[in-house]
Amino acid sequence: MAALSDQLLVATILAYLAAMIAHATEYAFGHRSVVGRAATRVPQLAAVGGGAPPAPESTPDHPPVPATAGSGGGSAGGGAPAGSGAIPAAQAERWAGHAAVLATVLGALAHLGVLVTRGLAAGRMPWGNMYEFAVAITFVGVVAWLVTLARRPELRHLGLFVALADVLLLGATGMTAYTEAKPLVPALQSAWYLVHVSSIIVASGLLLLGVVPAAMYLIRDGYEAGRRSFPYSLGARVPAAAALERLTFRLHAFAFPLWTFAVAAGAIWAESAWGRYWGWDPKETWAFISWVVYAGYLHARATPYVRRRTAAWIAVIGFATMLFNLYGVNLFFDGLHSYADAD
Amino acid sequence: MTAFLRNSWRQLTSMRTALVLLFLLAVAAVPGSVLPQKGVKVEDVEAYARAHPDLAPWVDRLWGFEVFTSPWFAAIYLLLFTSLVGCILPRARAHWRAVWARPPAVPRNLDRLPQHAAPADAAGDAAAAAAAAAARLRRGRWRVAARAEGEGAWGVSAEKGHLKETGNLLFHTALIAVLLGVAVGSWYGWSGNRLVVAGPDYAFCNTVQQYDEFTAGPRVDPAALPPFCIELTDFHARFLPSGQPAAFRARVAVDGDGRPRREVPVAVNNPLRLDGANAYLLGHGFAPVLRYTDRFGRAQTTAVPFLPVDDLSTGEGAAKFPDANVDPRTGARDPRLQVAFEGLFLPTVPDAPPFTRSAFPEERAPGVLLWAYRGNLGEDAGIPGSVYRLDQAAVAAGALKQVGEPKLLRRGETWTLDDRTTVEFLGTRRWVTVSVRHDPGQVPVLAGVAVVLVGLTGSLFGRRRRVFLRFTPAAGGGCQVRAGGLPRTDYPGFADEFSQVVAGAVGAPAQVRDRGGTD
Repeated sequence: MAALSDQLLVATILAYLAAMIAHATEYAFGHRSVVGRAATRVPQLAAVGGGAPPAPESTPDHPPVPATAGSGGGSAGGGAPAGSGAIPAAQAERWAGHAAVLATVLGALAHLGVLVTRGLAAGRMPWGNMYEFAVAITFVGVVAWLVTLARRPELRHLGLFVALADVLLLGATGMTAYTEAKPLVPALQSAWYLVHVSSIIVASGLLLLGVVPAAMYLIRDGYEAGRRSFPYSLGARVPAAAALERLTFRLHAFAFPLWTFAVAAGAIWAESAWGRYWGWDPKETWAFISWVVYAGYLHARATPYVRRRTAAWIAVIGFATMLFNLYGVNLFFDGLHSYADAD
Repeated sequence: MTAFLRNSWRQLTSMRTALVLLFLLAVAAVPGSVLPQKGVKVEDVEAYARAHPDLAPWVDRLWGFEVFTSPWFAAIYLLLFTSLVGCILPRARAHWRAVWARPPAVPRNLDRLPQHAAPADAAGDAAAAAAAAAARLRRGRWRVAARAEGEGAWGVSAEKGHLKETGNLLFHTALIAVLLGVAVGSWYGWSGNRLVVAGPDYAFCNTVQQYDEFTAGPRVDPAALPPFCIELTDFHARFLPSGQPAAFRARVAVDGDGRPRREVPVAVNNPLRLDGANAYLLGHGFAPVLRYTDRFGRAQTTAVPFLPVDDLSTGEGAAKFPDANVDPRTGARDPRLQVAFEGLFLPTVPDAPPFTRSAFPEERAPGVLLWAYRGNLGEDAGIPGSVYRLDQAAVAAGALKQVGEPKLLRRGETWTLDDRTTVEFLGTRRWVTVSVRHDPGQVPVLAGVAVVLVGLTGSLFGRRRRVFLRFTPAAGGGCQVRAGGLPRTDYPGFADEFSQVVAGAVGAPAQVRDRGGTD
């Protein structure tokens, strides 16, 4: 069962990787994209490139698209079909987009499988050490992303960054923090294990996801202000800045009370396990720092004269503190929350 | 001067200052996680001072080892809370007024509102239609005011969502309560740590002198701690074959608190709750029982706690016999003949040497690896030394000399030293470290956090919005209806709610015209 869980993790990462490639394809070859437009403008060039041999497909369920779908962003100039007429660019774009979503859903199912098989193998909830914790957090992020997507399909282009973040976080976790499946140490044998850790996972997942619209807002905002250099060029395809900004706020507004609750539940547990509800353990300190930064974000967002860009930057800083708490604190500092077997 | 003060106050209570202070608070907490903290683990601070002898005094001078009780950290959060009070007081006053005020009159031009609609004409005269609409809105828990506007026209103003500001104020007030709770805890709270060996001879009572470490807030009378005594009667640690701990369970007998003696289980996550204090199980280990028989045939037995040095319960410790070799007839004491043993305890001695590390954390084949010393233990000088180690200065100075080679003793074995004295390893007793604590701020803090959560939810998910209806008599009987809606906060779903509310109030499906102001 534990071996199955490990194999599913590989499948999960591969599925997210496929989603990432499909999203990137959609990005690069969509008719509204910079590359796509450039390709349409110079059909001669496209006709020359059209003779290149077809590249391998990115996703198995994807119907054959000449040359471009699987070849990634780099070889963009080569075989853009937009002008040469094999398949209309808009259609290719839609296929790539749908393939990306499908890959994300498959990845999420495999991701769930990783957690379930882990839990069965260890005979407990699958968040007993840093490895499982990070796998669970990224799962929450993906589910929250899919829920968002179901409600706001026009945000699909953000999927590239969600998939990218998932691949990076899961890959880093698998490499640095992998731990054998085993039962809980006595310190974790408590009902609060369920409450505290699960709520921390949900809140962290949402807060980590929140950086995607925040960063895209910053990019799109610059794009709308007329900037075209990298990274603002990425802003061409994403939804309007105002919509991204609102999504950022709603994710954070939803996650912040959850985070507060999760930290409070941890404090109640700490009282019965360690004798004090708050002791400035490194993990606690960084949870406090994140809480303060996100409180700052919500205040900045609610204040009319604070620019939305400033608020979004605070959200990005909040993300950095969360990420540091998740990885940095476990790996660099020695504390009561040291459940990572990374050394 | 007054102008300056008023200006400073305005500056301090502005949101920009609050944001800067929040940011400073976050940044100021960072060194508390990077540098070792006295309040978290004082051993780490000492190690840091040894590793950085030049830097450490400066860090200490800047309160770097006690960041969270430092004046500069306190300055930040006190300024922040002052700013907070200065912000919520006027807002509370304004909110109080707003809650009791009637919703404002219907604006002249409803078409200018972000949401507006022109439902079908209503039957009857304007006053009756307005009254009916107001009644329906009230049933929907809106605050409603109906006003005659002259020329037979009636306006109905409805408002909802004061919960948002209520939650906002509740949240910030509760934060102050949490801070006060923390303050109460640090003034009136105390805590003590104690290592307890199993058995009635090692029981301890709740007085300052009996703790290994004791800290108390400035308002605590150390002589007035609640009376009780604790004896460790039993301790069990279970481990998985991999050596990972599976369960720690202790049983303690409680006595002397005015109730009859009773035995209760204590475990990690299951502290002992007493009147006015709680006892928490923190650590555990083995105490080898050693019997030393001196030149005069006088035997002394002691159970010495050995401190664990690894995950396999290998223990390190020292057994000292300062009263050894005192002539029982004359009482003459030769300080050069004091005896001590330093060594390692291994709950499971490995099959092959080196016998320096236990093979398993449970007691399966216990053994002690002892180094014997004879000489002056250096304890008569009155300088307190560690009970777990020998005075290394005395060893280095030659006052304390090693006797023979180190020897491994299994349970029941005896080692005869060169002077015919013997040391015998009789067995082990378990010990636990117990933290006894009292924090009267705990309950206020918990209540404060609960209110924080309630207030936060209201503040983030409450939506203040207004709906206006105007009924004007129509030329051919009945009355014309115009509706407008104004969300006071960011609220993407307002358009839907507005059309439903208008339809519900007027009793007919409304034709909504969206100016595109919301979502």
